[in-house]
Amino acid sequence: MASTIRVRATATGDTTEVQALIQHPMDSGFVKDAKGNLIPPHFIQQLAFECDGKTVFLADWGTAVSKDPYIKFSFKGGNKGDDLKISWVDNKGASDTTTAKIQ
Amino acid sequence: MTATDDQFSEFSATRRLILKGAIVVTLTGLGNFSFGAVPALAAANDKWPEEAFKQKGQADAIKALYGKTAEASDKVKLDAPEIAENGAVVPVSVTTTLADVTSISFLVADNPNALAASYNIPPGTIPSVANRLKMAKTSSVTAIVEAAGKLYSATKEVKVTVGGCGG
Repeated sequence: MASTIRVRATATGDTTEVQALIQHPMDSGFVKDAKGNLIPPHFIQQLAFECDGKTVFLADWGTAVSKDPYIKFSFKGGNKGDDLKISWVDNKGASDTTTAKIQ
Repeated sequence: MTATDDQFSEFSATRRLILKGAIVVTLTGLGNFSFGAVPALAAANDKWPEEAFKQKGQADAIKALYGKTAEASDKVKLDAPEIAENGAVVPVSVTTTLADVTSISFLVADNPNALAASYNIPPGTIPSVANRLKMAKTSSVTAIVEAAGKLYSATKEVKVTVGGCGG
């Protein structure tokens, strides 16, 4: 299966800017389906970015993060060609991991 | 071939299919299991703050997450739209000039659960985050920045024309 994570990491000078898009329903547990039944909550709880064996960014998410979440941040360090590891885990225990090269 | 023979072979074919299906299910089940162990390790140094995300009110959520109260600061710059046409996707971002930032959180006061997202900022990461939040209705959006053990906040009112939390 194709990865649910799409990342673009660009190094400019001594900082690296990271933008990521993840495919996930992010169901809040408040929305009803066509039959009027509540759709149970299903959302990403933690999202971690690792570069060079060090966590550079850790997100704790609740149900109020939009469907197919987008995130942007920057960190100091990281060179062109370095690996950036991204992983998430949701409230049902599902997860995905991918590795991107810093451009 | 007689009719009974035919039936027999059909039977065993179905049996084989069922068995195959069972094997596939077990394999995928195992696959998911081993997969789940990897990110759990990566995030093991910081547990997901379940209590804080369960709190309904904004003040309770801040208290559960940080154990203290925040003071408004003009060094926290919160960027959110004046009017959000679609409450399901509200782009919100925050930047700050404060030093030693360890954490940034987003709260939507009138959502069923106020805390939307909380980010750990390790040393070396620039205290600037952009993301997209869901808003049930018109509400104030608050960004909390934890810097050098203190909490600073910025608040902005966002008008929502179509809510993103109900059906």
